[in-house]
Amino acid sequence: MKTRATTLFIALGAALALGAAAVQARDLSVVSWGGAYQDAQKEVYFKPFMEKTKIKMVDESWDGGIGVLRAKMQGGANNWDVVQVESEELALGCEEGLFEKLDWARLGGRDKYLKDAAHDCGVGAIVYNFVLGYDGDKIKDGPKSWADFWDVKKFPGKRALRKGPKTNLEIALIADGVAPADVYKTLSTPAGVDRAFNKLSQLKPSLIWWEKGAQPPQMLASGEAVMVSAYNGRIAAANKTDKKNFRMSWAGSLYTVDSWVIMKGSPNKAQAEQFLAFVSDPANQKNLPPRIPYGVTHNAATALVDKAVLPDLPTNPANLKQSLYISDKFWLENLDKLNQRFNAWLAK
Amino acid sequence: MTTGGGAGSSALAQQLDSAERAKKLRAFLLTAPLLLFLLLTFLAPIGALLTKSFVDTDLAAALPRVTKEIRRWDGRALPDEATFAALVDDVRAARSAGTLAPAATRLNYDVSGFRSLLFATGRQLPETLEAPARETLLAIDARWGETEAWGAIARAAGPTTSLFLLAAVDLKRTADGSLAGAPREEAIFVQVLGRTFAIAGAVTVLCLLLGYPLAYVLATLPTRSANALLVLVLLPFWTSLLVRTSAWIVLLQHEGVINSALLQAGAIAAPLEMLYRRAAVYAAMTHVLLPFMVLPLYAVMKTIPPVHMRAALSLGARPMTAFWRVYAPQTLPGVGAGVLMVFIQALGYYITPALVGGPDDQMLSYFIAFYASKTINWGMAASLSLALLAATVALYYVYDRLVGIDRIRMG
Repeated sequence: MKTRATTLFIALGAALALGAAAVQARDLSVVSWGGAYQDAQKEVYFKPFMEKTKIKMVDESWDGGIGVLRAKMQGGANNWDVVQVESEELALGCEEGLFEKLDWARLGGRDKYLKDAAHDCGVGAIVYNFVLGYDGDKIKDGPKSWADFWDVKKFPGKRALRKGPKTNLEIALIADGVAPADVYKTLSTPAGVDRAFNKLSQLKPSLIWWEKGAQPPQMLASGEAVMVSAYNGRIAAANKTDKKNFRMSWAGSLYTVDSWVIMKGSPNKAQAEQFLAFVSDPANQKNLPPRIPYGVTHNAATALVDKAVLPDLPTNPANLKQSLYISDKFWLENLDKLNQRFNAWLAK
Repeated sequence: MTTGGGAGSSALAQQLDSAERAKKLRAFLLTAPLLLFLLLTFLAPIGALLTKSFVDTDLAAALPRVTKEIRRWDGRALPDEATFAALVDDVRAARSAGTLAPAATRLNYDVSGFRSLLFATGRQLPETLEAPARETLLAIDARWGETEAWGAIARAAGPTTSLFLLAAVDLKRTADGSLAGAPREEAIFVQVLGRTFAIAGAVTVLCLLLGYPLAYVLATLPTRSANALLVLVLLPFWTSLLVRTSAWIVLLQHEGVINSALLQAGAIAAPLEMLYRRAAVYAAMTHVLLPFMVLPLYAVMKTIPPVHMRAALSLGARPMTAFWRVYAPQTLPGVGAGVLMVFIQALGYYITPALVGGPDDQMLSYFIAFYASKTINWGMAASLSLALLAATVALYYVYDRLVGIDRIRMG
């Protein structure tokens, strides 16, 4: 008994010592969203990066949330170096000093990237859109715009939107004839917010709501909804894996960018910068879209992408020029009040 | 003698007292683990959560000086230079300590746009002030020249706030401190609280209407067949709530069991919209809560001797009269228990309406969950919980006065 306890004690001590050693010389850790997306990243970015640079890296996944990043930094035991974050976490974390400021000269300069993908603290990884989706087998001459989304005579049936004010107020204003470029200017005035809610009220009897990105394709498939707002990647995935004939309308679609950031005080900052340079290289970025239909952020990358996947790509110039960047600045300011108003509107 | 006898009896009384005390102490010690358990796992966390509805120290923790200075402010003209200077010092200190975020979040609950105002101010503050603090701040953003911004700081200075509790009943405080209703398009919670009670009441009535005859049949059947039927009541009772709610989705959805059956039978031409409606909420909640009505009713009805009814009938009462005058009054304690159990459980329902109800069928718990898990606004989550708890306790009190809690029996 005693010997066993002693052995255990020694083993524990050894493990602790090893752990301490691992902390001192930690491999570069890269954190992304998991699932099919991270599988694609492994093939396109992670493995080639390790082969080329001989830098040891480990990849992990997370589900997002600024609270997680805050806790990592406040706890003082941050073991993440490079993290992929959504635009809201990027804005908040950069303000709060959770991320290193990027040296844009090493990434080739901001002007080489999509305008909304170059941030003080982050370089864009992917671009994806909220598009209008419908089932091409059920509607032959499908909706072309958000105005058609409101046309219940021509397209009878339920429509599904994401539960919450974000994206829906923009969509309502575009449907009401506001030019995409003027959407946030209009929403910044009380009259503009009223106008958006009034427009949503017109459609309310026909609206149902989704909360998880997997729902809109399911709603189209089950016939519960004839049109949906949906992530473009989910629609494309349903077509690919379930052999559906879902279509997308890119007019007035809303896009956002997920970015790579380096955690503040990372001991592997040099390797992290090398990693960012690698994943931002157009020659590497061009390999991502054929595996998963997200747009890539280097201006030169989209031109190199396989032409077969271009029509479904958010960064296809024909699609990009019809879409609007979701303003995190606006939503960080106004989400509390508009959430309250949206909930009240929904409950009436 | 008399004094001696008095001393003897008082000694006896003392002995009796101490024996009684020892007995009480033993009884208390036996229940002490349970009391401690309740205190640690139930009362303390709930109490701690509920204090979040009025405790407000985020801003004072991040901006200690300005929250102290602002107490001297009358709320009419702009605060004095000392308050402006305190804000400058605080923002600078909070920015380098990384504590500006909770302050910005708290202020943004009250006034939209405060988050960026605070961060932009932090970014633009010069290393050393070359002009008075007031001029510097006004040059950075004109909003520092408005009482609205300072009012928000004053209201958030703590240590307590009424912001969340008032918001939970659709009220708010204006810059000069008077009460006002929330704008009509933002008011929601009074209506939702009313809806919560209406749904819980309707479900209770439905449970009673369905459960009473069922319990009566169970109680009057021979034991063997009654037990067999009782299993049918208990089996769903033992099944997970989530499973039973999901089963209703399978039944009611657009291409669900009922619609396919009706379509195949030719009874309808197009699928009926049955899910995401109030009726679906009633059906699913009644189904889930029915055992809580049937079981106490059954237990009470079992104790009523059948001879009472037979005696009434043999004395010439009509069956209905005998039932209403002799049988029904004896079941009232069971009715009271069932009604209270179903109603109070129904008040807190969240999963079932969230899954089978539409947006206008959501109950108060849905919004508590919304604030607790989606927007991480503990002040609102705690205030709404407190509103629900207070309404429930008030109702329990009224119920006690009308029916009498001591009259309730489980069997």
